[in-house]
Amino acid sequence: MGKQGGDSTRLINEQGIRLDGRRIDELRPIKIEVGTLKNADGSAYVQFGKNKIMAAVYGPKEVHPKHSALPDRSVLRCRYHMSPFSTEERKNPAPSRREIEISKVIREALEPALMLEDYPRTAIDVFVEVLQSDGGSRCAGISAASVALADAGINMRDLVSACAAGKVAGQVVLDVDDTEDKEGQADLPIAIMPSTIQVTLLQLDGQLNDEEFNKAFDWALGGCRKVYELQREALIGRYFGRNEKPMEVEQ
Amino acid sequence: MSAVKKVFVVEQLRRAQMNELLSRGMRVDGRGLSDARELIIETNVIEKAEGSARVKLGNTELIAGVKVNLGTPFPDTPDKGLLVVSAEVLPLASPYAEPGPPDENTIELARVADRGIRESGMIDVSKLVLVEGKHVYAVFVDVSILNVDGNLFDATSYAVVASLLTTKIPKYVVDEKGLPVKTEEKVPLPIQTIPVSMTMARVGDHLLLDPNSEEEALMDARITFVSDDRGNICAGQKGMPGSLTTQQVLQAANTARLKGEETRTMIKRAASNV
Repeated sequence: MGKQGGDSTRLINEQGIRLDGRRIDELRPIKIEVGTLKNADGSAYVQFGKNKIMAAVYGPKEVHPKHSALPDRSVLRCRYHMSPFSTEERKNPAPSRREIEISKVIREALEPALMLEDYPRTAIDVFVEVLQSDGGSRCAGISAASVALADAGINMRDLVSACAAGKVAGQVVLDVDDTEDKEGQADLPIAIMPSTIQVTLLQLDGQLNDEEFNKAFDWALGGCRKVYELQREALIGRYFGRNEKPMEVEQ
Repeated sequence: MSAVKKVFVVEQLRRAQMNELLSRGMRVDGRGLSDARELIIETNVIEKAEGSARVKLGNTELIAGVKVNLGTPFPDTPDKGLLVVSAEVLPLASPYAEPGPPDENTIELARVADRGIRESGMIDVSKLVLVEGKHVYAVFVDVSILNVDGNLFDATSYAVVASLLTTKIPKYVVDEKGLPVKTEEKVPLPIQTIPVSMTMARVGDHLLLDPNSEEEALMDARITFVSDDRGNICAGQKGMPGSLTTQQVLQAANTARLKGEETRTMIKRAASNV
C-alpha cells in the first residue's frame, strides 16, 4: 500500500466522488449466485465490483489422510487461490505466502459460524477461486464461501458476511477497490456473523488514527450488513423462487 | 517449520481453574489481565549481522538479525528499497516443532510482523535507493525463534524493530558509470517511527494481553494491533477460529495504543544502549 497521499484529488474529487464514480460510503455493485457448480455439494459465484469469485464446498466427507480426522468434530479446510489470469501481471499459479495466509484467515473467519461438532470424523473442504481480482477479494471470497456452505446444507449458526473499509486520499471510504488499495493509505477488511455482530475476521494494513479507525470499523460493519442482505436474497431466490417468501423463523 | 501442539490435555483439565481466576481478574501466572510479561531486549548480539536483537518475553525467546545487500527493486516500485521480514520456528524451540518448510502459522507470523514494520513506515524505503529502478538496498530481517511460550507475534515484532533500530549499513556511492561502490562508512537506516505490536487473547469474555502458551491453548480468538508513535493504528490481524464482539475489537485497539507507549520506551532504551 502506497504511503503517498500526494495527488489527493485524483482518487476522490472535490465532490467526494471516487475514481469509479462511487460516493465514499458506497459499495461496488454486488451479484451473488447460488448453486453454480454441478459437482460441488455447495457453490456460489460472487461478483463484487470487478472481483469474480467462485466458491465451492465439498463435504462433510471422509478425511484423507485419516490421522488428521478429529474425533469430536469436522475438520474445516480452506484454499484461497488466485487464477494466473486474475491479475494485471500473470500470477504464478503456485500458492504464494499471501494466499496461504489468506486461506488461513478465511478458514478462521468461517469456522465460528459452522456447527462442525455435528460432523465428527469428517472433513469439509472450502475452495475459493479468484477468477478476477479487484481489491477486497478475501472479503468477497468469504461472502461467497459462506453462501456455498449454506448451499451445501452444512449446519450453521449464521452466515458470514465480509466487507472492507479503508482510507483513501485522507478520507475514510467504504469498500476499497484495487487502485484505492494500492494508492490509498489503509485497508480494513472485516467479516462478521451478522445476527450477533461477532467479528470473525479483522485485518488492517495502513495507518488510521483513533477516530478514523472507529469510523472505518463502523462503516465496514455497515457494509457487511448490506452484503448479508444480498447473500440472504440469493439463498432465498435459490430455494424459494424469486417471488416466494420463506417462512419467517421466530428469533 | 511447524510448532503446533494439537492435543491440550493438561490445559483442558486446568480450564476450570483458569476461568475461575479470570473471573477474579487474575491469570495463571499471577499477572493481571492487561499486564505483559517481563520484556528483555539485548541488541547487537550477532557481530556479523548489520543489526540484531535478542528478545525474551517471559519464556518466549528469539533472535532477529538484519542482513543488508544490494538488490533490484520490484518493477512496480522502482523508487523504493526492499524490506523483507521472515521468521522460522527452529526445531529446538518446542517439543512440538518439526523441521520442514514454514507452515501457515509461521507464514502468518512473519507476514504480520512485516505488515507492522511496512505499514507504520518505520523505515523510509524511498531513501534506500541508489539508482532508481536498478540498484537499491535490500534489507532482510530474519527471526529465529528459540523458545516458544506464547505470543510469538509481539516478541517477533519487538525483535525486528530493535534489530532495525541498531542496524548500521555500509554506505554505497554511485560512480560515474552509474554503478554502486561500497565505502567503509556505515550509516543507520532511515527510521521514521517505532511501531509496537500488542496481542491479546480472548478467553471466554476476557481479553488477555500477551498470552503465554497455556493461555493460547485455551484462547477462542487472538487479536493483534500495531501502533506507531503518533497514536495511529497501522496494522491489525485477528486470528484463531473464534470471534470477537465489536466492543472487544475497540478495546483491543485502545489497549494497543495505550500499552504500546510503555513498550516503545523500553525498545528505544534497549536500542540506544549500543
